Amino acid sequence: MKEFGGPAIFLDRSDINTDEIIPAKYLTEISKTALKSHLLEDLLLDGRPFEARSPAMQQARVVVSRANFGCGSSREHAVWAFEVNDINVIVAESFARIFRQNMFNCGILAIELAKTSIDLLFAMQGNIEVKVDLQQNTMTALSDSPGQAPVTCAFQLNSLDRDLVASGGWLAFADQHY
Amino acid sequence: MRKTIAEKIFEAHLRDTPSPENMVLNLDVVMCHEITTPIAIMDLVEKGMDSVFDPTRIKAVIDHVTPAKDSKTATQGKIMRDWAKRHGIRDFFDIGANGVCHALFPEKGFVRPGYTVIMGDSHTCTHGAFGAFAAGVGTTDLEVGIYKGVCSFRRPQTMKIVISGELGSGVSAKDVILAIIKRLTVNGATDRVIEFVGPVVEAMNMSARMTICNMAVEAGATCGICLPDRVTAEYLWPFIQGDYQDIEAAVADFAKWHSDPDARYIETIEMDVTGLAPQVTFGFKPDQVRDIGEMAGTPVDQIYIGSCTNGRIEDLRDAAQLLKGRRLAAGVRGIVTPATPKIFSQALDEGLIRIFMDAGFCVLNPTCGACLGMSSGVLAENEVCASTTNRNFNGRMGKGGMVHLMSPLSAAAAAISGVITDPRIYL
Repeated sequence: MKEFGGPAIFLDRSDINTDEIIPAKYLTEISKTALKSHLLEDLLLDGRPFEARSPAMQQARVVVSRANFGCGSSREHAVWAFEVNDINVIVAESFARIFRQNMFNCGILAIELAKTSIDLLFAMQGNIEVKVDLQQNTMTALSDSPGQAPVTCAFQLNSLDRDLVASGGWLAFADQHY
Repeated sequence: MRKTIAEKIFEAHLRDTPSPENMVLNLDVVMCHEITTPIAIMDLVEKGMDSVFDPTRIKAVIDHVTPAKDSKTATQGKIMRDWAKRHGIRDFFDIGANGVCHALFPEKGFVRPGYTVIMGDSHTCTHGAFGAFAAGVGTTDLEVGIYKGVCSFRRPQTMKIVISGELGSGVSAKDVILAIIKRLTVNGATDRVIEFVGPVVEAMNMSARMTICNMAVEAGATCGICLPDRVTAEYLWPFIQGDYQDIEAAVADFAKWHSDPDARYIETIEMDVTGLAPQVTFGFKPDQVRDIGEMAGTPVDQIYIGSCTNGRIEDLRDAAQLLKGRRLAAGVRGIVTPATPKIFSQALDEGLIRIFMDAGFCVLNPTCGACLGMSSGVLAENEVCASTTNRNFNGRMGKGGMVHLMSPLSAAAAAISGVITDPRIYL
């Protein structure tokens, strides 16, 4: 099975919507790769534009955020924009239904954690790398800061979502089963 | 017994239970538009799976950017056109016959009580107004829907909102749903179906029911749903008269979908709309809602009347009622977009288009364009729009723009005065 995890970037806001993740003006594209340079282009954090082209963002393979991540439009372009930027895990307190389903439909991971766990992750010092263990249903956040102990959180993954991640997404699964 | 309308629909369409939390449903209708469908089509072609489960159950439209504004949108339209032709999809609506999907498909009679419907569009929940389970999905779900006629859902629970009381003059369905979203918050109904019931809903026409179901997703809901009744049957009658002896028979048949009296809900909210003021949003989230009086005097640059939320004939009548004999305030731009050709024709016949034009409005062909900042009415930085649409997200109608969501009556009042204004002073 594909490996999940890598350097994490933290988006400290609830209700990040899919218009912010990929503005509608880019929905005229008919290839996923064309979305690559527009990821999070309209995101505001603390009322200020997010630096979407920073080195940390370029290196990120994991996004950690707050509640109701991916709300709004159903556009799967939002998931693809992460995918073509090599983001393979999004960890949040909760997801909007369609966004979460789009993630698993593309065979990538949307991990929901309790607010207390999300708070722990946000409180960590240093640069954070996340490792996901799909056998144990745990994710561990490791810091490069000497004083910062790792944080390990258990998560739930229902059996269909697990199958989708294993089979590479919903189309392959549905083609086989229906 | 003990089932909600949604649970009855799930039971009648259950194809598989791939996990204890998930259900795979057979689909009655798969709706498609040119923004989210072309990538699904291209992927199916690339994988050698270019077939459709049933061309009569697929409904397709070019509506988001139409007529095409550039080569990219022209290509999206062409992919749809070629695909519809290749697979014999007869219910495909192109220029001259096209309109905003969630206004067009209902007026064609495509959605019936008890149906399951998906579309690659979050406002698909609109069709729950007909007592259907209708849900927005992403492109992969749409692709599987087109190919296999099924869709997977995490089994949603139902919450009931009982709306009672008396809606005041100048207060409409849009104000009711904005007040509900304020109360629920933007994720208060995630993974839930919202069943809208009570005397206020029963008294609403289909247009108003579509307005409230349309914005259920702004509270995170999978679907909004109304119980199909005489109002539903009368709306659908031209399409179902061959199936029933008379309206009574249709009404009686529709009742089989009604939630059982002992159905279980995860939550029930009682809402009395007596005394409810017109509502308007103030931030970048649709649950940031205030009584219009608290926002009065906020200057606006553009008025937009249209969309799947409020671009129907009843909405145009509301706005025209205020605009008749009046003009746009100096420096304010007005755009009105009847949501379908039929609505456009009706508005012409009723003299509404003349009223809008005399008031100084630009009248556009049916399209989604401005609502999501794709075409035909994009805002410049720091501009403000009084809009009858459904989303006020940052950048939604143009980067740096601010959108205040409101009813057609309130939008018309802002058009006249140039600032957010309680429409009741003009009634």
